[in-house]
Amino acid sequence: MTDDALIRADHLTVTLDAHPVLSDVTLAIRPGEIVTILGPNGSGKSTLLRALLGILPATRGRVTRRAGLGIGYVPQRLAIDRTLPMTVRRFLSLPARVADAAAAAALARVGLPDVAQRQMADLSGGQFQRVLLARALLSQPQLLVLDEPTQGLDQPGEAAFYRLIEEVRRETGVAVLMVSHDLHVVMAASDRVICLNGHICCEGTPRVVSTAPEYRALFGLGTQGALALYQHVHDHSHDAGGQGHAHPRHAHDHDHADSHGHHHA
Amino acid sequence: MTMTTPTATGTTMLDDFLVRAALAGLGLSLATGPLGSFVVWRRMAYFGDATSHAAILGVALALATGLPVVAGTLVIALAMAVTVATLAARGWAMDTTLGVLAHSALAFGLVAVSFVPGARTDLSAWLFGDILAVSRADLGFIWGGAVLVLGLLAWRWQALLTSTLNEDLAHASGLNPARERLVLTLALAVVVAVAIKVVGALLIAALLIIPAAAARGLSRTPESMALLATLFGAASALAGLQLSLWEDTPAGPSIIAAAAILFALSAIFGRMRRS
Repeated sequence: MTDDALIRADHLTVTLDAHPVLSDVTLAIRPGEIVTILGPNGSGKSTLLRALLGILPATRGRVTRRAGLGIGYVPQRLAIDRTLPMTVRRFLSLPARVADAAAAAALARVGLPDVAQRQMADLSGGQFQRVLLARALLSQPQLLVLDEPTQGLDQPGEAAFYRLIEEVRRETGVAVLMVSHDLHVVMAASDRVICLNGHICCEGTPRVVSTAPEYRALFGLGTQGALALYQHVHDHSHDAGGQGHAHPRHAHDHDHADSHGHHHA
Repeated sequence: MTMTTPTATGTTMLDDFLVRAALAGLGLSLATGPLGSFVVWRRMAYFGDATSHAAILGVALALATGLPVVAGTLVIALAMAVTVATLAARGWAMDTTLGVLAHSALAFGLVAVSFVPGARTDLSAWLFGDILAVSRADLGFIWGGAVLVLGLLAWRWQALLTSTLNEDLAHASGLNPARERLVLTLALAVVVAVAIKVVGALLIAALLIIPAAAARGLSRTPESMALLATLFGAASALAGLQLSLWEDTPAGPSIIAAAAILFALSAIFGRMRRS
């Protein structure tokens, strides 16, 4: 682990209600990389994110953040109470008020130029996640933290969302730390995958991890399909994998992906 | 409403009990509109009940010790609000906990008041308010408290809204959700202490919730809802006073009844507009 890390955990142990949820986790996120934490339900993924964000204290070990690190956070679930009226434009100005031009640019960036005056409650699942991402980007963070950002999206929606993350990273150089419990498209969008099950089981590039025995032990037989899909999307070979023939053309063609569902000059 | 303003030398508008009553209602609305909106957004209705019911205990304490009633209610309301907030943070089942606390506070308050000589006869004034008997000093407390609460909420507005939306989000933005909860707890205690004279311990929560609920269907942003709740609260106060004047009804309940009618009209109008 080098010193250029944006954020690092050293031998991090977190105990909740006397249960050790995370033990001896050591990791570092460097500028511009996309890291995905993969693990089954209850493996401590969200706990790890919350500890990295400073919401949960470390029982042992420590979390260090680069001084002045700006973090853009996209929470797992954001249930806006029905009693709270909130337009998309107003939401983007939380917690810090932003200029109209910046808000419009952020919405255009995530492919939703026309939703500013809509109520948050009226957005579709995919639109909602994109607005959360737009809000997180407005503070111009060096690190984006996303907790299961595609929960509730269908597979094309999921693929489009991860493509968007990749584009944002390419344009801004932001580092991305994501959490996921599914293996599908997320692997294709990552530089590095960390398998978590209370502790770090294995880590490496998606290709390396997907063949690691620890990974297979954790995810069982579903692995084959996921790997097939991963290769399918990346290599654009139609013969692999039966499930999720999700827009194979769009998957490798970013211009097509951008114009999917909305108009965007 | 009709105001017979005395013009004789040495008297001012504030000598008219109706003017004082109207000003008390308007002043209180400044605080209850925005604070009531947060009570609705954060589902703190029962929290408001517990805090305001505890105020009766504060009245008993004040009468027994000779302290000003505002001080007694402020101390007890604050103690109750902090207790509830602490239990909530520890993950107690809030529905039951608040039910126990709200009703116990009321019962103990009523029992305690019965030990204070003379207080028993004034009991309905503390339970349902006595806005027509608001003195100049009361008016000072009401406006002072309302402006304090309004200032506090305005100062913390962005942070309060962010924490209300999602506490993790607030935390990740460098805010402290526990501190924002404390701000609301303090504001609630202050409002209870100054509102008890206007609508009484039993109806303070109604004055927080009903105008805000009426404003919800007609609002697109949190700010417009808070503003509209303030206007609805002010309109209810004036309409309730007028009703009380015409029909000799109790003023506090009349104000809440007016707010409830506004809520019904707003709900019907909102439905018609949507269909």
